[in-house]
Amino acid sequence: MPLIKIRDLHFYRGDRAIFEGVNIDIHRGKITAIMGPSGTGKTTLLRLIGGQLRPDKGTIEVDGQDVHKLSHRDLYELRKRMGMLFQSGALLTDLTVFENVAFPIREHTQLPESMVRDLVLIKLQAVGLRGAHDLMPNELSGGMARRVALARAMTLDPMMIMYDEPFTGQDPISMGTLVNLIHKMNDAMDLTSVIVSHDVAETSEIADHIYLLSAGKVIEQGSPVQLKRSTSQWVQQFMQGLPDGPVPFHYPGNTLEQDLLERKDAV
Amino acid sequence: MIETIRSLGRWGLGSFERLGRGHLFLVKILMGIPELFLRFSLVIQQLYSVGVLSVFLIIIAGLFVGMVLGLQGYNTLVDFGAEESLGVMVSLSLVRELGPVVSALLFAGRAGSALTAEIGLMKSTEQLSGMEMMAVDPIRRIMAPRFIAGLISMPLLAAIFSAVGIYGGFLVGHGLLGVDDGAFWSQMQVKTDWYGDILNGVLKSVVFGVVITWIALFEGYDATPTSEGVGRATTRTVVHSAFAILGLDFILTALMFGG
Repeated sequence: MPLIKIRDLHFYRGDRAIFEGVNIDIHRGKITAIMGPSGTGKTTLLRLIGGQLRPDKGTIEVDGQDVHKLSHRDLYELRKRMGMLFQSGALLTDLTVFENVAFPIREHTQLPESMVRDLVLIKLQAVGLRGAHDLMPNELSGGMARRVALARAMTLDPMMIMYDEPFTGQDPISMGTLVNLIHKMNDAMDLTSVIVSHDVAETSEIADHIYLLSAGKVIEQGSPVQLKRSTSQWVQQFMQGLPDGPVPFHYPGNTLEQDLLERKDAV
Repeated sequence: MIETIRSLGRWGLGSFERLGRGHLFLVKILMGIPELFLRFSLVIQQLYSVGVLSVFLIIIAGLFVGMVLGLQGYNTLVDFGAEESLGVMVSLSLVRELGPVVSALLFAGRAGSALTAEIGLMKSTEQLSGMEMMAVDPIRRIMAPRFIAGLISMPLLAAIFSAVGIYGGFLVGHGLLGVDDGAFWSQMQVKTDWYGDILNGVLKSVVFGVVITWIALFEGYDATPTSEGVGRATTRTVVHSAFAILGLDFILTALMFGG
């Protein structure tokens, strides 16, 4: 049985459909990637899984529980077992790195200070930032901030972690470090990982299964190898990063001639 | 014409919806308050940033307002040979009206705007979402302690404002204009009523504290998560707080002293 089961998901922002009948299974212990062009609602999907948004139709089950039928208390209990890494890191800017990682422990447990310290240092050691525990978030690079956020997401030993665009805007070294960390953590902690990304090469390197989303639907799914061999032109355009194809280079609108010949006041 | 009516309707519906969201937000904050008795350190941290950091501004403003009251009051009273009542005039003006109202306006500008900017930035940098996903309710963890801190700080700041103001009035009245100090203090003590004047003033400042902090927190929480959105929310906090203070002051004054 999958850890996350999404069925017939519909979600609208105003009149605009973000998802129209999406079905996704995320299996335990695996790294599943949700990929697609910018603006396809990948981050929205993570917020729906985390219960921060409500679908207009359809269900999302996490570990057998329908996320959107849970009471406030039960949803918060479930979230203790879900980690999430935000694109910005979402570190608390008035707390040091140490206090950021200690935050979930202090909020949810009554552990003595010595144990909190040990736990935090172990988590920071795992992401290679034990030496940076006294720094403030504004003293960290983007890659370091994400590693601290990863350490924080792991503090309560969750069953799963959701990564929102973990590789965006990273230099090659930080990117390699993050790819390696996500892979290692998943195996070492027996986690289930969901990565939302449009970085094809890095994500394909570690994902066990990929879902490709576009225009509110799952266009294709399979292992990275299967997707690379797909005969779909859309999939090939996305996986190879081709500038034109089924996803047009030009945003839909009038032809260039129409716009140039039109009177200015009619624009 | 039809479009004007439509946009008016949209504005009306939007305003009512926002008002509803604001009230639900307040209810959630109030429900989070009992937990704070177990974690009062969170409130103490906020008492410092909301209250203590506003003290200097309040002292300076109170001193000058009191000195101006002393000058203006003397000029009026001396025509009637009643300059020895300057103490009463200064103390009643401050304790009943100017203390709560001016300190609330300053509090909205200093602490209210800072609260909105802080919460708005926390929202735009996903810190509030991050807390929710760590199973920590930001309304209970972030909003409730700030709300209580505002509620406690406002009457204390108003009291400091009035006390410093009275002393400012005394400095001008006695030191500069030669009003007898015994008459100044004794008339003030006799004519200023503990329940009718001082407690009513305190009640006003408690109401202002609740309203300003509520507006400031809600504007930050409801801000569009962009730099422009946070800027607008901060402006709205100061403007809406000012309207609320002045309007409520009239209503409270009518209820307390109108009859």
